[in-house]
Amino acid sequence: MPKIHVSTTVNGDTVEFLCETQETVLDVLRNTLGLTGTKEGCGTGDCGACSVLVDGRLVCGCLMLGVEAEGKEIVTVEGIGSPDRLHPVQQKFLEDAALQCGFCTPGFIVAAKALLDSNPEPTETEIRYWLAGNLCRCTGYDKIVRAVQDAALEMKGQQA
Amino acid sequence: MTYEPKTLKVVGTRPIRHDGADKVTGRANYGADFKLPGMLWGKVLRSPHAHARIRAIDVSKAKALPGVKAVITGGDMPMPDGGVTQAGESAINTQHLAKNLMARDKVLYDGHPVAAVAAISESIAREALDLIEVDYEILPHVIDVEEAMKPDAPLLHDDLFTQNVEPKPEKPSNVAQRIFVGKGDMEKGFSEADIVIERHFTTKPVHQGYIEPQACVANFAEDGQAVVWCSSQGQFLIRDLCVNMLGMEASDLKVIPAEIGGGFGGKTTVYLEPLALVLSHKAGRPVKMTMSRGEVFRSTGPTSGCAIRAKIGALRDGTIVAAEMDLKFQAGAFPGSPVGAAVMFATAPYDIPNLSITGWDVCVNVPKIHAYRAPGAPNGAFAFESVIDELARELNVDPIDLRAKNSVAEGSKAPYGPTHGPLGGLECLSAAKNHPHYKANLGPNQGRGVASGFWINIGGQSAATVVVNRDGTIALVEGCPDIGGTRASLAMMCAEVLGIEAEKVRPSVVDTTAIAFNDVTGGSRVTFATGKAVVEATEDAVRQMRERAAKMWDIEPDSVLWRDGAAHETGGEGRSLTIAQIASKAAKTGGQIMGHASINAAGAGPSLTTHMCDVEVDRETGRVTILRYTTVQDAGKAVHPSYVEGQMQGGAAQGIGWALNEEYIHDEQGRLLNAGFLDYRMPVASDLPMIDAVSGEVPNPNHPFGVRGVGEAPIVPPLAAISNAIYDATGVRMRDLPFSPPRVLAALEEAERAKG
Ligand code: FES
Ligand code: FES
Repeated sequence: MPKIHVSTTVNGDTVEFLCETQETVLDVLRNTLGLTGTKEGCGTGDCGACSVLVDGRLVCGCLMLGVEAEGKEIVTVEGIGSPDRLHPVQQKFLEDAALQCGFCTPGFIVAAKALLDSNPEPTETEIRYWLAGNLCRCTGYDKIVRAVQDAALEMKGQQA
Repeated sequence: MTYEPKTLKVVGTRPIRHDGADKVTGRANYGADFKLPGMLWGKVLRSPHAHARIRAIDVSKAKALPGVKAVITGGDMPMPDGGVTQAGESAINTQHLAKNLMARDKVLYDGHPVAAVAAISESIAREALDLIEVDYEILPHVIDVEEAMKPDAPLLHDDLFTQNVEPKPEKPSNVAQRIFVGKGDMEKGFSEADIVIERHFTTKPVHQGYIEPQACVANFAEDGQAVVWCSSQGQFLIRDLCVNMLGMEASDLKVIPAEIGGGFGGKTTVYLEPLALVLSHKAGRPVKMTMSRGEVFRSTGPTSGCAIRAKIGALRDGTIVAAEMDLKFQAGAFPGSPVGAAVMFATAPYDIPNLSITGWDVCVNVPKIHAYRAPGAPNGAFAFESVIDELARELNVDPIDLRAKNSVAEGSKAPYGPTHGPLGGLECLSAAKNHPHYKANLGPNQGRGVASGFWINIGGQSAATVVVNRDGTIALVEGCPDIGGTRASLAMMCAEVLGIEAEKVRPSVVDTTAIAFNDVTGGSRVTFATGKAVVEATEDAVRQMRERAAKMWDIEPDSVLWRDGAAHETGGEGRSLTIAQIASKAAKTGGQIMGHASINAAGAGPSLTTHMCDVEVDRETGRVTILRYTTVQDAGKAVHPSYVEGQMQGGAAQGIGWALNEEYIHDEQGRLLNAGFLDYRMPVASDLPMIDAVSGEVPNPNHPFGVRGVGEAPIVPPLAAISNAIYDATGVRMRDLPFSPPRVLAALEEAERAKG
């Protein structure tokens, strides 16, 4: 199958890759670029484990073709936080025990960061509806919602 | 090793889990995250029919496709001699497993594997599947459990004769087994009763729903040595099943555990690993296999749908004098439903003098049923806790008081035999009754339901090694995959015994060649059983360190006491030595220090739990909204309370999904119609409220810190709790799961009509 050349930006780095036309951004991230932090739970846009940011927008990596990444800026879970400091969302997930198996966690971290970037003071209902595209089978969401609430408080404190 | 009350410094606190940073940054490697140079992609061709004979399979075109390196069918897979392998609470029949891995002469469900390929890319592997031609003779199928028990039902196995019935059947049937538990005199019991209630219930198959699909990489070398990387609930189980399947020796196969993205019992067996090994052997290259979500739904799990009749008899004062149940469980394509556990535990929260509980294990054309969190217990509790609720209403007593009046307590005899030690049933009921939730006001179309649950928990085999590093830090080596924070809970127990901080202990889950055999992460056993092994191994290390200190001081080891991470001389000069001071001199005092324990832990101690929930029913749409949810459970001792609460919340959420929406839906041909997360609807964040998790602590006498298993019990009560709440809100009893909007609406309309 002929492959197509794509140039894009991933976590701030300029990246070039070749991909088959049916390969998704998720396939490319995981299999071609070795960024396996982004997970596949369904491949059909129903679980959010593959959540990434594309030009700042929250997207299911499994619903976007690799060739569509041309010229875009992609941020994955590996690009959130910095080597010396976790992002507040990551830190609160740890402190609040908002993960059990952790498989859904990268998707939730990316989705929660996107929420707090656009809405720094979400209500519990807003958090629950924003995260409704991310499935977690382990936690019952209670501690995830609390971690996002705590991260929002923390980020507000940092700004003040 | 038994429970002793003591002041605890680490156990009971909430440190950050040791594998946490890896898991919030995407570093952690799960089943599908691994690759090897030269790796091929394996894919499985699955039956599109619920029941069919395979007349012929032609793989020649697939083999000829450039890039295809191996193609296998049932004929390429060895048939093991037989026998069973224990997997947590379930036992796996190896011949059935072999036939489930790859169909031989018949396919028994939509999704049953018939062939597999390995190719140089995923897309070529997919293309190759399309080129395999299978000639099927479609056979009549059966999915409903009561239909499958009829004498003229389509037969899945012509060599299956019902066990445990008299007289021995002469004809084969789909009924694999009858299971019975009973005591007392039923006739007498029911004749004494002032009230008798008898009802019929049904449930549909539901899936474990772990978010991570099954995945593995297998590498089979020319000398017969092989390695498998995969996510599972037990690397040793995967090894043993693979070597049994393929006629290898245990030392031929190393299984390296990946992180696991949820299992809930569903990852206590193999689906892909033996196929990947055979493909790798044939192709001479590593092979990676991953399931799609559709394959997960069509071919793995689920748990049984069932039909249950429950009858209860009670005196006017609320004393339950007799209970009779008949439980028919789908086993799926091969025998082995969890009906046994349903029989033993459905009535287990109560002490009932006359009991007769019969279970039936019935083969039907869905995937082989596999363990799902407290396997069988939620189904049984759904029926029994619903009739208890009806009884409370008939008698006009508080449903918690009725449960307390009949509750098991220390010294009562379990329906399945043993006499109970200390257990927390009454404590849970009283905590539930005193919880502010129980007194909160309800609005119109709102109702409150209560239900209790029982789960036995298991112990089993666990090993642990405690390596004392020269700088005084600790490497804790263990063999149970960490699905929900067990690295943390085990490291905390190790740190507690040593008297150091949890952060100074670095836990690792290692491969099958790096520690002795461990049973699976299942049966709510790890913090209990592996925890015991960790405590013993740590005590072993402490003993050695006391001896080394004694040597360094030239005194008797008996004069050395261990406290707060250091050896202390009891008399004399009152000297002390820290772990680092002892460990840094280890080379001179007898070599490096390493504690070890390998045990078969008994005395897990059952978990009892009571849930209450408030619902609101939309009379126009039939939608049930969970307004408030509280779980109370006896954890014995919560080592890391956050993760104990997490188990309770997660189990409740799974139960809520099971109650409100989840079900396998089949078409007329027996094909699964909802093999995806869009149509198999599990709860999302906006479906649920916060879940209040109250953890009671009646210490388990058989664990040094009093730990009981906690993971499974929380899925037992929700089905009935929600049904009881819907009744409270509407006056309508829901006895057929799930309580999805169309069903609730139909029930409400029916009730209206009946009223006239
Ligand atoms: S993998 Fe993309 S939404 Fe599930
Ligand atoms: S923590 Fe396991 S799926 Fe969310």
